Amino acid sequence: MTTKNPFMLIATAISAIFFCVLIGILFFTFKDEPRNSKFNTAFSLVNDEGQSVDQSIFKGNPSLVYFGYTHCPEVCPTTLFEVAGYLKELGEDGASIKSYLFTVDPERDTPEIMNSYVTAFSDRITGVTGTPEEIKRVIAGWRAFAEKVPNKSGGYSMSHTMDLFLIGSDGRLKGLIPYGADPGEAVRKIRSALL
Amino acid sequence: MFAKKIAAYAILGSMLAFGSAQAHEFKLGQIEIGHPYSRAMLPMAKVGGGYFKITNNGPADRLVSVKSERAESVELHEMKMNGAVMEMRELDGGIAIPAKTTVELKPGSYHLMFMNVQQPFKEGEMVKATLVFEKAGSVDVEFAVGPVAGDKGSEAHAGHGR
Repeated sequence: MTTKNPFMLIATAISAIFFCVLIGILFFTFKDEPRNSKFNTAFSLVNDEGQSVDQSIFKGNPSLVYFGYTHCPEVCPTTLFEVAGYLKELGEDGASIKSYLFTVDPERDTPEIMNSYVTAFSDRITGVTGTPEEIKRVIAGWRAFAEKVPNKSGGYSMSHTMDLFLIGSDGRLKGLIPYGADPGEAVRKIRSALL
Repeated sequence: MFAKKIAAYAILGSMLAFGSAQAHEFKLGQIEIGHPYSRAMLPMAKVGGGYFKITNNGPADRLVSVKSERAESVELHEMKMNGAVMEMRELDGGIAIPAKTTVELKPGSYHLMFMNVQQPFKEGEMVKATLVFEKAGSVDVEFAVGPVAGDKGSEAHAGHGR
């Protein structure tokens, strides 16, 4: 075998390119793959009806989980409005799905405030709040992000993850729906990931 | 069915936007304020957004502050998408309006934040506010309150995804 053979050279080049593309695809699918490790954090919070909830809510049924807050004029209402739309669209098929809004602003979001906020969208969205420490555990547990940004007037806004988390009944992350996703595509993704 | 519904919302939204945009412009010297709008606030919600287009046909200016009787204060904010994270920050120095340009306050970008609103904005109402510019002075405007989410939301999405 000699590398001077032009066919051999071409073949080598083609296989090299093929190999690189393959690695590239692998890399991108890996990068795109949700953080599918198991949620392994114990926490103790309350839902919008004042009942205590813990890590067991992520097991036994699929769930849609969003991290937001009620002092959020744009992204959060839009996402929750869309979640309500997904649930309506899935109808009976999605009856097992539970959806949660975990507040990233527990200092202001009391269970009462959460209750009137989430029920304005759907009777199928549960608000979850509690102490800032416990909320932080859930955010860290799902490797989401939230940060307080002070204003000069003494108030603050929250920077936070906008993705909707799709969590399987085994308590593992199955996928993410980014902000601004096409609703049809989002429903397809929920079906294939959770149902 | 879902797609149909979305289409219906989009059509309804654009009709509403078009309808209100027509009779809905304010002028201050060489500055035009186009279609100020907000969204209905949810029960118990304390903040509302405000969006409009500033067309400056004159020299450079700056939107320095906004007042409204409906809010304890009105802040100028910038929202940025940093990957999957939404970042909010208050603009201390106001919003620069360079000469002969159009600056748009819109979802996902510059916007107003009506803080500590006592009476949540309701769909269909008009919310009065005063915009204060560094050089041109101040102008009274009215924000048309649209639905909680939906039409303008999907419009923002369309621009966002592309």
